Amino acid sequence: MDLTLLAWGDAGWGDQMALGALVTLAVAICAYALGIVVGAGLAAMKLSGLPPLRWIAQAYTTVIRGIPELLVIYLVFFGGGAALRAIASGMFGYEGYVDLPIFLTGTICIGASAGAYSAEVIRGAVLVVPKGQIEAAIAVGMTRRQRFWRVLVPQVARYALPGLGNIWQFTLKDTSLISVIGLVEIMRQAAIAAGSTKEPFTFYVVAALLYLGLTSLSNRGFLRAESWANRGVRRA
Amino acid sequence: MDWAQLADVATRLAGGLPTTLLLVGQSLLIGFVLAVLVALMRVSPNPLLSAPAYGFVYVFRSTPLLVQLFLIYYGSGQFRPFFQDVGLWFLFRDAWFCAILALTLNTGAYTSEIIRGGIQSVPHGQLEAGRAVGMSPAQLFRRITFPVAIRQALPAYGNEVILMVKASSLASTITILEITGIAKTIIAQTFRPVEVFIVAGALYLAINFVATQAILYAERRLSPASAADRAKAAERRQKAMLAR
Repeated sequence: MDLTLLAWGDAGWGDQMALGALVTLAVAICAYALGIVVGAGLAAMKLSGLPPLRWIAQAYTTVIRGIPELLVIYLVFFGGGAALRAIASGMFGYEGYVDLPIFLTGTICIGASAGAYSAEVIRGAVLVVPKGQIEAAIAVGMTRRQRFWRVLVPQVARYALPGLGNIWQFTLKDTSLISVIGLVEIMRQAAIAAGSTKEPFTFYVVAALLYLGLTSLSNRGFLRAESWANRGVRRA
Repeated sequence: MDWAQLADVATRLAGGLPTTLLLVGQSLLIGFVLAVLVALMRVSPNPLLSAPAYGFVYVFRSTPLLVQLFLIYYGSGQFRPFFQDVGLWFLFRDAWFCAILALTLNTGAYTSEIIRGGIQSVPHGQLEAGRAVGMSPAQLFRRITFPVAIRQALPAYGNEVILMVKASSLASTITILEITGIAKTIIAQTFRPVEVFIVAGALYLAINFVATQAILYAERRLSPASAADRAKAAERRQKAMLAR
């Protein structure tokens, strides 16, 4: 193992790997945000009184949670590109090669998966909020919007935090899969460096350490957020 | 959608089914044994046992499976002379061995946490009762701790099985042609991603459905019989006696 390979600047791969870590973080944050929005929407559908909405949400979560993320990535990457090319030539007469941007593809795929998992977490958290509180809010004359933002959201956020923390860890690790379609994040950067230096072990260990650092740090962040969210709760 | 082509795609993808099942089955089996050992080390009061177990679980749960897979398959190449000297190169040269090793270590880490939860949920009184009737530590484990822990752990283990079915798709990144690997090959040849996705997705859903049902069946078999079940069994025995 030659550690001078990790030097900063032109002499080594240190700065490239760090940049890869930033890309990983960026795509993970985007996918996670998308996942929570999708998850909240799916949870609302699952809790709604309309059976068709419930069925659609149920079908979505069952399918997405049962199919490998890698397969979804291939579908969106190749299928999205084909659809885009069809639109480009059909509507605009453009015959060149277009592709879905890989950052966007990755965000959509990992976000779709995070959405399916967070739907269950959010749904469970909504069900834990005592019904009496909603009734009390109605009794004091809160509007629907006020009930949602003042009663439901703060409590759902608190109950859902541990589960959402787990989903963040999964999301962060799943972003490594986007390397297969060429997004230069930690994994892809490690593969490039390994190929040109013939030191795959060194660079995959660095990649592992970067992920370890990211998951450990964010785990600590979530624990702090949990204790903050629970600051007003009396402990037994 | 072209039906003849769809049938062709389905046949080719179904060819990857045994490979996927073998990958999942082998690594779940070895991984489970590993997980029990790691969980026992983890609950041990001896830090020489619990600390390495904790480290193993922490590292494997905090890094992506893809890193673990590449580290084993590509990373071992950096030490090729060493592996050749000790006569282990034939293993690390083999993509199948590397995939099984990575999947096994990964599921071993996750499953050990599930089993640890099960072991810690065993009521203390049951262990005391076992000791009171003079069971040895090995007997206590075999007759009380293990069965009770496994029963507790089964629902969570069901989730882990499904995650492993999904995880096995990563083996396609190191040249193994299981369902996802074949799917990618067909997409590259035909540029028909939607048809391929539908068939491959249906195969994975079918595997997961069967796995979920199997775990549910095991849960029912292993849960203590309800009073109604016992009454029914007694009735059946009585009928059998009368019929004789």
